[in-house]
Amino acid sequence: MTLFWTIWITVITLFVIIGCALLLRATSKNNTGVEEGKPMPHSFDGIQELNNPLPKWWVGLFWFTIVIGLLYSLAFPSYTANWNGLLDWTSSEQSVMSPEESNTLAETSHSQYQREMNAADQKFGAVFKQLAYDEKGIYKDIALIAKDPEAVKVGQRLFLQNCAQCHGSDARGSTGFPNLADNDWLYGGEPENIKQSLMLGRQGVMPSWKEILGEQGIKEVATYALQLSGRRVNVVEAEAGAARYIMCAACHGAEGGGSHTLGAPNLTDTIWLYGASRKAVEDTIRNGRNGVMPAWGDVLGEDKVHLISAFVYSLSQPK
Amino acid sequence: MKHEFIEKNAGLLAIFIIIAISFGGLAQIVPLLFQKETNEPVDTLRPYTALEMEGRDIYIREGCSVCHSQMIRPFRAETERYGHYSVAGEGVWEHPFLWGSKRTGPDLARVGQRYSDAWHEIHLLNPRDVVPQSNMPGFPWLAENQLTGEDTARKLEIFKNNFGVPYTEQDIAGAKAAVVGKTEMQALIAYLQSLGHAFR
Repeated sequence: MTLFWTIWITVITLFVIIGCALLLRATSKNNTGVEEGKPMPHSFDGIQELNNPLPKWWVGLFWFTIVIGLLYSLAFPSYTANWNGLLDWTSSEQSVMSPEESNTLAETSHSQYQREMNAADQKFGAVFKQLAYDEKGIYKDIALIAKDPEAVKVGQRLFLQNCAQCHGSDARGSTGFPNLADNDWLYGGEPENIKQSLMLGRQGVMPSWKEILGEQGIKEVATYALQLSGRRVNVVEAEAGAARYIMCAACHGAEGGGSHTLGAPNLTDTIWLYGASRKAVEDTIRNGRNGVMPAWGDVLGEDKVHLISAFVYSLSQPK
Repeated sequence: MKHEFIEKNAGLLAIFIIIAISFGGLAQIVPLLFQKETNEPVDTLRPYTALEMEGRDIYIREGCSVCHSQMIRPFRAETERYGHYSVAGEGVWEHPFLWGSKRTGPDLARVGQRYSDAWHEIHLLNPRDVVPQSNMPGFPWLAENQLTGEDTARKLEIFKNNFGVPYTEQDIAGAKAAVVGKTEMQALIAYLQSLGHAFR
């Protein structure tokens, strides 16, 4: 903030406050030449005005607000941007230009917001730390945390707040959003896999095969896929589909077992993320699918992700 | 000047009242119009793409800002849920700004990349399919209406010329081609996914 604006604000503010005081003083004096309580020498529409003074309590309040206004403007940031007032108070770092700058400032800031965050971190951060770390200060094994009912409960709370919108409050998902409780995994169900899915997100890529296979080809491959999952199908069509399946095998494997590395689903079970109907399977082949798991590492921080991972892992473990 | 004279001339009284109440604005608002913090974009701010710009207009048309704010205040209760509080430098290219003033639904200032495109599509068609207790209306027509791209280039031009948003000639020339044939649904989702990109 330049000096010009500091002067601008100071002059206007003080002019208004001092102006109010002078105005109040001037109007408190009786300069009408008429004694207090006596009629003024005019009347409007037959209504006579008496020369009554302003009520004492009202004048008192006015002086009070003038004094408070002055004190307030000195106590809090007011006349210039580089000065936080006599109380050295500030709400938050409003002029940061990047999240990195914000993080750097947060370490030394004592703004009201940062004090609130620090107090919460002392109270709740300690709980997260105790649940997620061992005494040496490194992350506890997720499989171990999954056996700690208190930690799982915390993980569940975090899950309900952040994950239930897609995966459902029971974590059993819905069409297009994976069921997390059935021990069938697109990207692997080991604790590390789950944590990585949460931290960095996942990008599923099933391409569209419309151009390459044509409608007949889509039908045949869908038939073969349904046969892989144990359904009774037209055998001739399935055989034709099997011949075309070579292209699919790159991701889904020669036997249709899928790949955790690529996030390609297992075709030999009866779990269908986008529906088990022939139409749904054909749609998947025709138009492709792009299942996206957003990245939560930056949003939630690793400690919370670690606990959510433990909760998710616990769902598919025998009790 | 006589007190009596002011009281008997309503027009003059009105002028003095306007002068008196303008002091607050002069001291509090006018300096902000000339500050670096409120005029310079934050380091990572990028202009909306043509499709996002169309999506933004659909957001305005459907009145999303009536129920959704785009302004995260610096309180822990807000930043825990929505992310880093909003700063002025994120909104310098917003004309008009869509901060909103009422939250029937959640704040959307940083909703971008928090859900997948597929989730948004299901949610906009019928919110209760993914959030059972939601009272947000469905917007099924968005999936049917297609963008013609008639005014897209003009919109970018206006933002470039009037508000100093750094669109290139290329952006403007390719604006129509970038949106034509896309559904309003795709445009709105593109816009939503861009929200908060500067402070992620």
